[in-house]
This record gives sequence, structure tokens and C-alpha cells, in this order.
Amino acid sequence: MLFSLVKRAEYSRTMVYVSPLIALVLTLISGIIMFQVMGADPAKALYAFFAEPISTKYGWAELGVKATPLILIGVALSVGFRAGVWNIGAEGQLTLGAICGGGVALWFYQVDSAFVLPLMIIAGALGGMLWAAIPAFLKTRFNANEILTSLMLSYVAILLLSLLVHGPWRDPDGFNFPESRIFSNSATLPVIWPGTRLHLGWLITVAAVITVWVIMSKTIIGFQVNVIGQAPQAGRHAGFSVKRMIWFSLLLGGAMAGLAGMIEVSGPIGQLSPSISPGYGFTAIIVAFVGRLHPVGVLFAGLVIALSYLGGESAQITMNLPLAVTGVFQGMLLFFLLACDVLVAYRLKFDSPFTSPARGRQHV
Amino acid sequence: MYEITIAALLTIITAATPLVYAAIGEMIAEKSGVLNLGVEGMILVGAVCGFATVHFSGSATLAILVGLVAGAGLSLIFAVLVLGFQATQVATGLALTIFGVGVSALLGQDLVGIAYDGLPKISIPLLSSLPLFGTLLFAHDIMVYGSFILVIATAWFLRRTRAGLILRAVGDSHDAAHAIGYPVIRIRYMAILFGGAMAGLSGAYLSLAYSPLWIENMSAGRGWIALALVVFATWRPWRVLVGAYLFGGITILQLHAQALGVGVPAQVMSMLPYLATIVVLVMISRDNNKIKLNAPACIGKPFHPTS
Repeated sequence: MLFSLVKRAEYSRTMVYVSPLIALVLTLISGIIMFQVMGADPAKALYAFFAEPISTKYGWAELGVKATPLILIGVALSVGFRAGVWNIGAEGQLTLGAICGGGVALWFYQVDSAFVLPLMIIAGALGGMLWAAIPAFLKTRFNANEILTSLMLSYVAILLLSLLVHGPWRDPDGFNFPESRIFSNSATLPVIWPGTRLHLGWLITVAAVITVWVIMSKTIIGFQVNVIGQAPQAGRHAGFSVKRMIWFSLLLGGAMAGLAGMIEVSGPIGQLSPSISPGYGFTAIIVAFVGRLHPVGVLFAGLVIALSYLGGESAQITMNLPLAVTGVFQGMLLFFLLACDVLVAYRLKFDSPFTSPARGRQHV
Repeated sequence: MYEITIAALLTIITAATPLVYAAIGEMIAEKSGVLNLGVEGMILVGAVCGFATVHFSGSATLAILVGLVAGAGLSLIFAVLVLGFQATQVATGLALTIFGVGVSALLGQDLVGIAYDGLPKISIPLLSSLPLFGTLLFAHDIMVYGSFILVIATAWFLRRTRAGLILRAVGDSHDAAHAIGYPVIRIRYMAILFGGAMAGLSGAYLSLAYSPLWIENMSAGRGWIALALVVFATWRPWRVLVGAYLFGGITILQLHAQALGVGVPAQVMSMLPYLATIVVLVMISRDNNKIKLNAPACIGKPFHPTS
């Protein structure tokens, strides 16, 4: 074999930051190959995918709109992933947030008051927390795997939304389409960049990133999350409660995902409909990892992944490429990142063909 | 009434068969100590590749084989990342699912809306004309028979063969197995590939027999239900079979209830399989000892010969 892996004495800090960049480059190279195979001009496709969407002011604003739910959820999931709590059901928590926040909007649809939006925000976050509390309870009380329970609840949440918009919440003047009323002005997030769709949700997202950063780096609970995630035994000896970590991680994830769902229906969508998210809850998992499970990293990763969504739409319009290319890009990015992360803990040693492989190496 | 019952039971078999394949495959991977959360993605890729093959070649046998190879091929990515590059199993499995969903949608974009007749039924002579049970037991397509053979073979392999014993040893203590001289990494590669191949077959069954067409995301969470089934079955093949038929029953129950016009909204009935998965998982997991006694001890832990 050409090279082998040798364990580093210490984790490489440089590699922590370099590996996402290597992964990005490898993803782009694979993208070129993929476009070539599909018979599209790679240069034109890559331009349509990654440059055209942000060639205008409107495009930059759209980037913020798309990145908002991804960053909000990604930043919360990264806390859980650090603690070893695998909340995979953010999509369901997002849906519940949309249902609860949207429910408030529909309830007060004739009320013109500044209190509607704050109420929706609270309802959205609480809805997501409620949905995340179920796997937290089942995990701490019955030891049930949170990956599977939170994921199953996502399917249930999406069906619940479908039930509501097909039934009791259907717009009475909506020609029988499975959609709710369009939210009133006081239930719609204000636009913060005139002439675009960038809304208040973006500022909420930036505030959330800063808040989580402070929690993780300055408070005891942030310290506990890191200790329990990296050395559960040490955490237990220090008297940190694993159960409390599970509750904290899941409730935080649920609250932020619920908030993201409420922002989606109150901002870009403006009503409840059967499909309110193209899988933001799942894609946020990629965002969390590409962002190195760090709030600031997640901010950048969220923008990159948001660009892949916009790029998919732009490539579909200008080059007639299928929208599914976006998912393939996102999956590849995570694959390459996970592979490159080997360089954080190991270094490559190129074998000279003349020496015999020493003990302590694993051939790849 | 008799005909309705037989028809209902027959559909339960078709609903359970894909779960049997996917769950048995995942169980073998987990027995070797590897948790692959990419089942959903592998099922979808198996489904789209199987369907594309039957559409373009017309050969069902070839389609089943291609589904198998496609599932195994996708699992190879997972295996290389997890075993070669020491990547986290949970994250890599999730990536595999996200990737599989995307790739299958990309491959299948021109196949949406095309129908296929479904796998031919193979009636076993004499037996299938038996009264009462004849059609129920002896007039299925080849993959239904295959699923039973698979369960029997897996049970025999794990309990009665030397290779099965080694597989379990690797999953229970990779360090000990390595010290004795067993090739831990190679065994895990094979277990993961087997799991991928079975998930591919599960997908092929979905798009060739269960509902013979291709729709994006047609597996509808079956990969995740299969993962839960493995826990439910406490890593035993026979219980996987029981669990799969239980879930097949619930799936069919909701379909029939919708058809009969029971006064419950369709969406509520569709929630049943997912809610049942949660209930079942809670019931099994609440007894921590039961899980600890049966789960492979090294599941999810990375193995590096020097560490």
C-alpha cells in the first residue's frame, strides 16, 4: 500500500480548520466529474451552482433567508452532538414549531397587534421543545434510543401538519387547497433589507449563534457538555448528570428547531402548507459537522450549504439540471469531511517500498 | 370473508418482506460491531437501481441482482470511511442516508410515473393448490421465499458455524479477536457489505413487488424501522422475522382501515407504524439488562489495531 495511518500524539488543531476546506475542494472536484457524466458543461454548471446565485444583492439576501433555519438548527444540534446526544428529529421539531407558531398566527388572524409575533416566537420554540421532550423522556426514563424515537416523531409531525392543513386549519376561502390562511401583517416577520426577502429571522439567528457561543464557552453547563461528550467517565466522577445533559441538549435543539419552523412559516412562506421544509432538519446535521460543532463554524457552514440549495434551484432553471443534485452535493461534502477528519487524529505516512511496514501502522 | 382474510394476510407478507431483508442485513453488520444508520439510503438506491434495470432490460432476475449490488456498493463507501478512515459511525451512517436519498432521486428522475407488472408469482406445484393455506403459503414471488431462507440461514450461521462465532467475537470484543489473530477489519468489511446487499434487496423488493414503480423517498422510513426492529429482536434472526410481520400487519391494518372508511383521518392511521416503532422500542429498552446482555458489546466503537 502507498500510505498508512499513524496516530498523532496530539490532535492537530490546524487540521480541524483545514479539513473542511479540503473536503470542499474534493466535493467540487467530484462535482465536476458528476456534471461531466451527466453531460453538462462542468464550468457552466459550477458557475450556475456556486456563483450565479450570489451575483446580485437579491441573491445575497436569499442566501441569508435559506441559511437562517440551517444555522439555527445546526448550532443547537452541535451542542447535542458534542454531548453525544443524537437528536436526528430536528425536522419534526421544526414542523411542530411551525404548527404552534402558525397556530397562534391563525388564531389571531384578525388581531392587529405587536404582541402577535412575540407570542408566535414563544409558541414556536415551545412546540419544538415539546416534541424534543418526548425522546428526552423516553431516553432518560426508558433508555430508548433517541436517534430512532426522534426520527420516528419527525414522520408523525409531518403527518400531523398534513392533517391540520387538510382539515381544521384549511383556508375557508382557499378553493380547497390544503393550505392555511395567509398570515396577517402582524404575524409576518418584517423585512430588514428593503427590496429583498431578508427578514428579522436572520437577526434572531445571529443572536442565537452568539448566545450559544457564550453558553458553550463561558458557562458551567457548556463545560459539562464538553466533558460528558469527550470523557463520560470523568464527567460522572465530577458529579455531572448525564440525564440533565440529555434534557438540555434535546430541549435546546427542539427550541431552536421550533423557532426555525416558526420563522419559515412566518417569513418566506407566510402560511401553513403540507411541505414547509426541504429537509432543513436533516441538512442541519451536515451543517453542524461541517461547522466543526462550533457556533461560528456553523454560521459559515450554514451559508455554504444554503448556497448549495440556491445553486440547485439556479442550475435547475438555467441548465435544466435536476434539483436532486443539491442532496448529492451535500452528502458528498459530509463524506469527504468525515474522511478528511482522519487527519485530525492521524497523520499520513507515505511508505517507502523498501522498508517493511513497522508495527503500529494500519494500512489503508 | 375468507377471501378478504387471505388477501389481507397476503399483503402483510408483502409489507413484511422488505423489513426482513433490511433488518437481517443490519443485524449482521451490528453483530460485527458496526452500527450503520445508512439503511434508508441503501434501500432507496437498491430500489431505484432495481427498477431502472427491470425497466430497461425487462429481466426481473437481473433487477434483483442489480439492487443487491447497488446496496452493497453504497455500503462500501460507509465501510471505507468507518474502517479505513476511522470516521464516526453515527455521522457516517447519517451521511450515507442523506447521500442515498439524493442519489436515488437523481438516478430516478426519468423513471417517475412508469409502472411495472410486479415480480411473477411462483406457485409450488401441488402444495399451492392445498385448501386454506395453499395460496397463502406456496404462491409467492421468489423474494418472499428468499426472505424465509435468509432468516433460517442467518440463524444457522450465527449459532452453528465457526464463521458465525468469529463474527460475534469480533462484535463483542474486537481487541480480543484481534489478539487471537482474526482479521477484525476484513470481517467487518464483509458484514457491512452483506448489510448493504440485503438493504439493496429490500429496496428492490419495494420497487419490483410491493408497489412496482419508482417514487422519490418511497421507502418512507422503512430503513429506520428496520434499525428499530434489530433492537426489538434483541439481535436474534427469528425475532426479526416476528417483528417484521408485526410491523407488516400494522402497515396493512392502516391501509385496510383507510379503504374501509373507518372514521379516523388517513394521516392518523399513517402515523401508526411510526408510533408503534416508538412503543416497541420503549418496551424492549426499558429493561437495560436485556439490551446489555444481547447487544454486541463493541457496537459503534472504532477499531484501530494500535490504539
